[in-house]
Amino acid sequence: MDSALIPKGVKRCPMWQFLLGLGIVGAVLAWGVYAMLLCWFKGLNQTNMNDYYGFALWIWADLAVIALGGGAFFSGLLKYIFGKDELKHIINYAVLIGFICYSSALLILAIDIGQPLRGWFIFWHANVHSMLTEVAFCLSCYFSVLTIEYIPLILENRQLDKVPFFHNLGHNMHEIMAVFAATGAFLSFFHQGSLGGVAGVLFGRPFAFREGLLIWPWTFFLFTWSAAAYGPCFTLLITWITEKVTRKKLVKDNVVDLLAKIAGWMIFTYTIAKLCDTARWANITAPGLGQTLADFYTGTAFYGYWILFAEIGLGGILPAIILISPPLRKNPTWRVIALFLGVMGVSLNRWVMVLQVMATPVMPFDQWVLYYPSWQEVATTILPLAYGIILIMISYRYLPIFPQEAELNPIEEEAPASVEAATEPAAELEPAQA
Amino acid sequence: MFPFSFEWLWDAGHLVFHGGLWYALNIIGIGMTYCIVKAIIDTSKGKGGHDHH
Repeated sequence: MDSALIPKGVKRCPMWQFLLGLGIVGAVLAWGVYAMLLCWFKGLNQTNMNDYYGFALWIWADLAVIALGGGAFFSGLLKYIFGKDELKHIINYAVLIGFICYSSALLILAIDIGQPLRGWFIFWHANVHSMLTEVAFCLSCYFSVLTIEYIPLILENRQLDKVPFFHNLGHNMHEIMAVFAATGAFLSFFHQGSLGGVAGVLFGRPFAFREGLLIWPWTFFLFTWSAAAYGPCFTLLITWITEKVTRKKLVKDNVVDLLAKIAGWMIFTYTIAKLCDTARWANITAPGLGQTLADFYTGTAFYGYWILFAEIGLGGILPAIILISPPLRKNPTWRVIALFLGVMGVSLNRWVMVLQVMATPVMPFDQWVLYYPSWQEVATTILPLAYGIILIMISYRYLPIFPQEAELNPIEEEAPASVEAATEPAAELEPAQA
Repeated sequence: MFPFSFEWLWDAGHLVFHGGLWYALNIIGIGMTYCIVKAIIDTSKGKGGHDHH
C-alpha cells in the first residue's frame, strides 16, 4: 500500500503489522495523553508532589532523557568537529533519538509547569541569576538545532526527494550542518552542565552541594561529561533493540565498535572524576556543612549505600572496563550488558541528584521523606516512551535512517508477494549526515 | 527579553544570558535563511530532484 514511500533497496513489514504495532503503542500514548490532560485541566493536585518534593518524577525523567539524548550532540561533535567520518552511518539514528529525547523533555516540562500557556515567561521575564533559565534557553535552542538536523532526513523520503525544492533544501542543509552541529555542542555543554549546576549550588542541602570553578560547581562539569559519555551508550542500545525487533543488521560492527570504544573511555574518565568528586564531598565538603556520609546512606533502606555502589560501581566502573577492553567490547553480549549498565548508571545518577537530594533530612528534626508518584505522573512519564517508539517506527519505515541497511540486507530477486516492499535494485542509501 | 523591555538592565547577567541566547538564535536563523534562499535560487535555476520526473 505504501511501498512508494519506503526507501529504495530495503524491506519493511506488511502494512497490517505496522498498523497493529502503532495501535498497541498508540493505546499507551492515549493513556498518557489522558493523564496529561488531567494535569492541565485539573492542575498539579493530580500529582503526589508536595513541599518536600517540588522536583519529582518528571524532573528525574527530564534529566534522564536529556542525558540519554546526549548521544546526538556528542556524535555530531565527533563527526563534524573531530572528523570521525565512520559515524555518519549511525548519526541519523543518534539525531532521531536526540530529537525524541529533547521533545520529550520539553513535553514533560510543559506538563510540569502546570500552566503551559505561560511557558514563554521564562524567556521574556528571565531570571538571569538562575541556572534553570540557562537550561530553558539552551534546551529550546538545541531542540531547534535537532529539528534542523532531523529535517534533511525527512526530506530524503523517496517522494519528498522528488520535489526539487525539498531536494535542494536538504542538500543545502547538509552542506552547513557542521555549523549547526557546533552550535548544538555549544548549547548542550551549557544546558547539560546547568542541570547539574542546579543541584550543585544548593548550599542548604549538603547532599547535593559541591564546590567548583568560579560560578560553576563540579556537578556542572560532571553532568556534561556524563551526558557525552552515556548518551552514545543509549544510541547504541536503542540501535541494538531496533536490530532485534527488525531482525536485521542495520549498522556495521566497525561503527558500533568505534562509538562503544569512545563511550567506554569517556565513561572511564568520567568515573575517575566522579570518584574524586565523591571522595572530596564525603571527606571535606559535607563534613564542613555539618553532615557525614552515613547521614546520607543509613537513614532508610531505599537510599542505602547500595545506591552509591550501583551508580558508580555497576553503572560506571563496570561498563567502562567492558567497553575499553577490546575482547569484551567486541563480544555482543558483553557490549550490550555494558550499554545497559551505562544507561542504568546515568539514570540512577539523575535520580539521586533529584530525588535523594529531596529525601535527605537537612534539619535535626527532619526525617527521611519518601515519595511515590501518582498514576498520572507515571502515565505522563511513560507517554514520551510511547511517543518515541511511534516516531522511531514511522521514521524507520519511511526514511533512510540506516545508510548501511540495504548493503547489509540485500533483497532477494523474488520477493514474496505477501510482503510489501520496495523491490527496486538495492542502492547505497545516501546518509542524511545530520 | 529585549533591551527595550522595561525589565531590562544593562548588567553582566542580562548581557551574558541574553547575548548567548540571541547569538544562538542568530546562527540558527541565518543558517536556515541561507539554506532556504539558496534552495529557492537553485530550484529556479532548474537544479535538484534527481528522481524528478
